Amino acid sequence: MFEEVGTTTEGDLIINLGPQHPATHGVLHLVITLNGEIIKKVEPHLGYIHRSIEKMTESLSYRQFIYVTSRMDYLSAHINNHACALCVEKALQLEVPQRAQYIRVIMDELTRIASHELWWGAMAMDLGAFTPFFHAFREREKINEIMEETCGARLTMNYMVPGGVMVDLHPDFQKKVKAFIQQYKAKIHEYDELVTGNIIFQNRMKGIGYLSAEDAISYGCTGPVARGSGVASDIRKIAPYDVYDKVEFDEVLQTEGDSFARYMIRIQEMHQSIKIIGQLIDTIPDGNFQAKTKAVIKLPKGEFYQRVETARGELGVYIVSEGAAQPYRIKYRSPGFSNLSALDHMVRGHKIGDLIAAMGTLDLVIPDIDR
Amino acid sequence: MFSLEGITNFIHEWLNSHLSAIFALLAEFVLVGVAAIGLFAFLGLVLVWMERKVAAVMQLRLGPNRLGPKGIFQTSADTLKLIMKEALTPDNADKLLFNLAPFVVIIVAMLILAPISFAKNFQIWDINIGVLYVTAISSLSVIGVLMAGWSSGNKYSLLGAMRSGAQIVSYELSAGLSILTIIVLTGSLKISDIVASQENGWWIFKGHIPAIIAFVIFIIASTAETNRAPFDLAEAESELTAGFHTEYGGMKFALFFLAEYINIFIVCAIGATLFLGGWMPFHIGHWVAFNHIMDYIPSSFWFFGKTGFLIFLIMWFRWTFPRLRIDQLLNLEWKYLLPISMFNLLLMSVMAIMGWYF
Repeated sequence: MFEEVGTTTEGDLIINLGPQHPATHGVLHLVITLNGEIIKKVEPHLGYIHRSIEKMTESLSYRQFIYVTSRMDYLSAHINNHACALCVEKALQLEVPQRAQYIRVIMDELTRIASHELWWGAMAMDLGAFTPFFHAFREREKINEIMEETCGARLTMNYMVPGGVMVDLHPDFQKKVKAFIQQYKAKIHEYDELVTGNIIFQNRMKGIGYLSAEDAISYGCTGPVARGSGVASDIRKIAPYDVYDKVEFDEVLQTEGDSFARYMIRIQEMHQSIKIIGQLIDTIPDGNFQAKTKAVIKLPKGEFYQRVETARGELGVYIVSEGAAQPYRIKYRSPGFSNLSALDHMVRGHKIGDLIAAMGTLDLVIPDIDR
Repeated sequence: MFSLEGITNFIHEWLNSHLSAIFALLAEFVLVGVAAIGLFAFLGLVLVWMERKVAAVMQLRLGPNRLGPKGIFQTSADTLKLIMKEALTPDNADKLLFNLAPFVVIIVAMLILAPISFAKNFQIWDINIGVLYVTAISSLSVIGVLMAGWSSGNKYSLLGAMRSGAQIVSYELSAGLSILTIIVLTGSLKISDIVASQENGWWIFKGHIPAIIAFVIFIIASTAETNRAPFDLAEAESELTAGFHTEYGGMKFALFFLAEYINIFIVCAIGATLFLGGWMPFHIGHWVAFNHIMDYIPSSFWFFGKTGFLIFLIMWFRWTFPRLRIDQLLNLEWKYLLPISMFNLLLMSVMAIMGWYF
């Protein structure tokens, strides 16, 4: 596969970037072939944090298996749970109460903002600027507080159940979310002043890690990575779930396909998420937060698939049911895996510093790639 | 008025009256060495603490605040920890060079301290080629970095050292040229003469726009020479883990760390001496009364105040800017800073000949 461009010759420098390295944000192992500082080939080695999540879920009930997915992409745990709950509901043909749908979408968008905030800080840190990380965490902390009050946890929320959400909203929820939106709008300009507008930052990002629309499709890239190359791939628009068809928001697209385009996509997606939350927060309907389900859920025999838009791209849940209380087989289609596969194509011929910058814009979460 | 001159003169006379001339000189050497090492340790402790506090302010944190008032003893505790650590030498390292490198770096940093004038008439060695001496010695530090990177037997270290070599050699040029811009005005390389020439106003004010351009270029170049962000490519945490000192631990690492801060102090001290008048108080032309009031602030306060301000500036850069890429770094030097500083030197020479400065 790498014959023509990626051949190693004598005198090439081969470096193991990872599994323990500050820029891989986890245990990703990249074997880089270098000619001086120029990258000839990047080969990701996976498996350092493989936990057999798909196999584990085969022995769990349909109520339990949802929460293992929080440990996949831990930064959008909520959205993973949402995907599983939706898939079970689809199989049961269960009608979810309006209130629960509203709560789920608000929570999803809060999770998306929190995830992008962390990405933004880590991205700047990859480029050698430490301060933005702390500024991002200032806003992210507010979201975590909201999550903690509502779900009892800050990172792996476990709030979704088949048919709705586990508990009703905290009485202060609306007030807190509105306060967060206020703070976000007041502080977001600092992000642009500190990082986006910085000339060094722009020079490091523009024209680096180019990915054409065709390549984005053929590598199976989704989410901000695909949208940065101009591929409309937002599942919230293509196949709306819950109340996404009732809210007004734009699918952010950029056509440049470079690192800066992917950066701008995520920054603008945060604005769009705020817009969605703003539309829903005042109109959460009264009613049940959970549909009535049996104590032991049994899915009918068949195959069921549900996809959602996580902070990183398209997450697919594929359940094969034999009619028992446990799934026969579960397969997850995680966004990070496909996005990572485009890395080699993106960074060949660039320098080591560009590899780090381009990898940062892929927003990799390693447990999501290695399930 | 309080002056350090009295103390040094007293010691000099006392030693000469009790010992023969040659032993008195030797004793003075030892005293100066001890004082320099003491200053070294003190600067290291204070600057590391200052860096952490500046970083904390920029990053909405408190910084060290447990050990002593405002955490002032935190760095002492850290040093103690580093001394206690085992001094490891990797198996495939070149043992001699690996162990020698930190000392080369720190000795070079110590040597540059000699001609710096800390206060009025308070200077270790007022050599007549002071500024040339500083630029010559400071370029030696790259040897230590290259030694460390090559001898570690680690690819990250090697890459870091090569980057550092290219960087320091390049930025020496524009740092040197911007220093020359001021030398054109002073007509002397001697530090005491340079300070004395700024009695009626500092060169950054007297030298019009070329002096300001030279000052900006000097600050950029010296940030790069000390391997500080946004030019910290030799370390580049997110790319090369720790660059040329990846394999170093314990006190050997601490020597590199200390040398970095001493180098910052030195470049800032040089910058303060050349552009901001060294220990010279803030004087405005012939405003005798105003100048007299300013003279009441001790000269050492002026020197450390100006140097401290420049150090803060360099720390501010570090906690604000992202890092450049190696080709951008070299482009900045060779395509922009070097031509600009050459032209600037020409402009300043014309100004000096025509007498177009205050």
